[in-house]
Amino acid sequence: MELYDIIFYFFAAMILVSGFVVVGSKNIVYSAYSLLFVLVGIAAFYILLGADFLGVVQLMVYVGGILILLLFGIMLTNKVKGVEIKSDSNFVIPSLITIAVFTAFLLFVITETNWLEITPEFVQTTVKSLGIELIQNYSLVFEILAVVLLIALIGAATLARNDNKEN
Amino acid sequence: MPHVGLTHFLVISSILFSLGLYAVIVRKNAILVLMGIELMLNSANINFVAFAHFGNLGLDGQMMALFVIVLAAAEAAIALAIVLNIYKTFLHINVDEVDKLKE
Repeated sequence: MELYDIIFYFFAAMILVSGFVVVGSKNIVYSAYSLLFVLVGIAAFYILLGADFLGVVQLMVYVGGILILLLFGIMLTNKVKGVEIKSDSNFVIPSLITIAVFTAFLLFVITETNWLEITPEFVQTTVKSLGIELIQNYSLVFEILAVVLLIALIGAATLARNDNKEN
Repeated sequence: MPHVGLTHFLVISSILFSLGLYAVIVRKNAILVLMGIELMLNSANINFVAFAHFGNLGLDGQMMALFVIVLAAAEAAIALAIVLNIYKTFLHINVDEVDKLKE
């Protein structure tokens, strides 16, 4: 058992336990905080897989951005006086059965397939090559993503704005 | 225990995908549904990066994961704006009770 394996199993356990808390908890705030641990574990996975830049981006965008946005959403959509930050479920049994079958099928396929066994090579850092790739082979996608982000920004601001003129 | 390889990462990501699917199908709260979508996107990202790493396929997998992260950020912002509007109209965000397009 090498250090790599130990780190992998540690973060895998963290991801799975917090993932179950995310989907199973009655309290939405607990779910949001468990999502933090899932996302940090996935960032660690990226770094284990040799994608250091992606790990940092995961921390900055997901943990620093999307998670905070979700917490804002939770705070803005619950009555503060009611202390009723609970959430129900429906169709639990049928969906549990369906998803269990689906998961078993996925795991069966993954474990039974003979994947190509190539020993991976670790590069020093991916930042420089990712940047060069981004402005050479993927320049069109890069530009389109910039426009998409701008549209999303304007759209979100327009949707969430308080329209006092109509009232 | 065997040495950690591609299969280990795929197993974790498929379990994570199933958890996200469960959250999307079962939970009523719209923000929990959003969290489920984030879980599913993240599991897909793990797959991209794991295949690129263990197949020595270069940087294309990481590129795709990067694009998915960017789109997830845009999606979360838009979806939360919509959820806030739903809350303003219905005073709750249970997705199974939001069944009116117009009042």
